[in-house]
Amino acid sequence: MTAAPDAPIVVAGLVKRFGSFAALDGVSFAVARGEIMGFLGPNGAGKSTLIRILCGLLHPSAGHARVAGIDVAADPEAVRRRIGYMSQKFSLYDDLSVAENLRFFGGIYGVSRDDMAARLRYAIDMAGLSGREESLVATLAGGWKQRLALGAAILHRPPVLFLDEPTSGVDPESRRRFWDLIHTLAADGVSVLVSTHYMDEAEYCHRIALISGGRLIALGTPREIKRQARDAGARAAEPTMEDSFVSLVGKATAAQRAERP
Amino acid sequence: MFGRIFHLLVKEFLQMKRDKSARFRLLVPPVIQMLLFGYAATFEVFNVSTAILDLDRSQESRALTDAFVHSSRFRIAVPAASERDVRDAVERSDVQVGIVIPAGFAELLKKGRTSPVQALVDGTNSNTALIALGYVGQIAGSFGQDYARNLAERTGRALGRPMVSVGLEERYWYNPNLNSRWFFVPGVIGTLALITIVNLTAFAIVREREVGTLEQILVTPLRPVEFIIGKTLPFFLIGLLEVSIVAGFGMAWFHVPFRGNPLVLLLGTCLFLLAALAIGLLISTVCTTQQQAFSSNFFVLNPMFILSGFSFPIPSMPQALQWLTYADPLRYYLVIIRATFLKGVGLDALWPQMLALAAIALGLLTVAVLRFRKSLD
Ligand SMILES: Nc1ncnc2c1ncn2[C@@H]1O[C@H](COP(=O)(O)OP(=O)(O)OP(=O)(O)O)[C@@H](O)[C@H]1O
Ligand SMILES: [Mg+2]
Repeated sequence: MTAAPDAPIVVAGLVKRFGSFAALDGVSFAVARGEIMGFLGPNGAGKSTLIRILCGLLHPSAGHARVAGIDVAADPEAVRRRIGYMSQKFSLYDDLSVAENLRFFGGIYGVSRDDMAARLRYAIDMAGLSGREESLVATLAGGWKQRLALGAAILHRPPVLFLDEPTSGVDPESRRRFWDLIHTLAADGVSVLVSTHYMDEAEYCHRIALISGGRLIALGTPREIKRQARDAGARAAEPTMEDSFVSLVGKATAAQRAERP
Repeated sequence: MFGRIFHLLVKEFLQMKRDKSARFRLLVPPVIQMLLFGYAATFEVFNVSTAILDLDRSQESRALTDAFVHSSRFRIAVPAASERDVRDAVERSDVQVGIVIPAGFAELLKKGRTSPVQALVDGTNSNTALIALGYVGQIAGSFGQDYARNLAERTGRALGRPMVSVGLEERYWYNPNLNSRWFFVPGVIGTLALITIVNLTAFAIVREREVGTLEQILVTPLRPVEFIIGKTLPFFLIGLLEVSIVAGFGMAWFHVPFRGNPLVLLLGTCLFLLAALAIGLLISTVCTTQQQAFSSNFFVLNPMFILSGFSFPIPSMPQALQWLTYADPLRYYLVIIRATFLKGVGLDALWPQMLALAAIALGLLTVAVLRFRKSLD
């Protein structure tokens, strides 16, 4: 599955500087329709920064990014109508119920009164929240909250979904369930860009982008990433995803250090 | 646009409905504060602008004039040549106190009789009047006592009891019983509305920023301006409600009269609340945590209170501070609220205050909205 230039997500030479520090240093890639692209990288690699630029929350310093065919820097508002976003930390209203949260987000996404009931049903079924519609969010367990956040992000049926560490702090059973949802959405044609620190989750992605120090250091299917690691001299003969991550990031960091003493 | 704002409003009211302690926080402290101020507060003033007219031109009358001037309570602001001058100065609010020593003042004292001094005070305008009047009485009283003692020593016998009495010119009293509560209640209303609205606005927005819901909202098609409107409109309504409740309480409990046009007060209140919302919004743009918002609010609200003229009369402040008070919306609102309550004046007299409030509100709102949009990046 390779992405064409008119793919739902196209990033070209993206740079983001905070003062003199480059959080992103020329990143390029594309995500195809229905593709799940995983973002892997150490803390501070620039994953959240990249996702926030693609959502129109941050302005890129240089380079281009097109989401759903729209330049994010030129028309962030149009982009927002076509994307769903789950930020790194849970950010729905604890003092509202499941249904109230969904109705609120549906409302500000412009879901019409006539469509609202059907959309709520869709999001609640999709996120497996039936029976908990009237529960206050504060009373939900972690896995439920995460699925609710996903439900809120897909109410308006966006063709592109950005998930920033959506499963952090959630038990394995809930994580498995969450990833089933992601695969269902992708099968419906939604393009998903998801960052994670869990190596097993990386295996569920169609392709993986390995990011370190603001640069893309490897890009490919999980199998391709492992092969790259082996070719680059990973210690194990059959490197796991974790071995590959450690060895590729280690090598890239050493190279970057040599470049910028 | 209206649909999105509507949904934001629904959400805000749902959250408020769920916040049981909010009702308590919005109602009980203001009422307690009002009672405290109403019963406990008195203040000292210095340098009350004054006009003194000495029609007696005797040694005694000059001594009394000196006693006023050297007390540091009064500052002679207007030279008066006639009673008409004094009257005009008080009427135009050029001075807050006018003192007239009538001809024959010394004559009466020498005979050991009570000698009157006239005081003209603008009783509405500020609490200063009330306190200043107290000083006039005190100074005149101790002058009379010293004089009596002197006279007894010089003549070797007591010639009755010479006294200086302070007579009040009643024409200028809008607050005839000099009831300080009447003066305080309107002031408390304004001050409490400011504190409540700035706090509510700043905290509500900073909370969304801190929790992360602001970021979640910003990736929706909701525009920053729509967010601001939806977020502040409920607080605007709460502000109106709070002003009504506290005012109603003050009128019922302290029997403060309301002599003006409620619509004039409503207009002033709306402008004032807009300025307060803008200040809360501005604070929210420089704070990322509620902790920061808490200390910022304190540092912003305290000077506004001090500069408003509520407890410290503006004419007693150093010139530089007096200039600063022109930027304080509370200063104008206090004038509006006192004037509508106690004097019953209308827009024809209050338009400068209204205009100033409108300008401040507009300026602050513009800066706040621009800053808010920038702070998102
Ligand atoms: N607003 C900002 N101002 C200055 N520096 C920032 C800002 N936002 C992020 N950074 C810096 O940019 C770098 C990349 O941050 P980012 O949050 O994108 O990393 P990340 O890959 O998401 O890390 P994590 O795995 O910890 O979530 C970090 O060094 C961070 O400190
Ligand atoms: Mg991150």
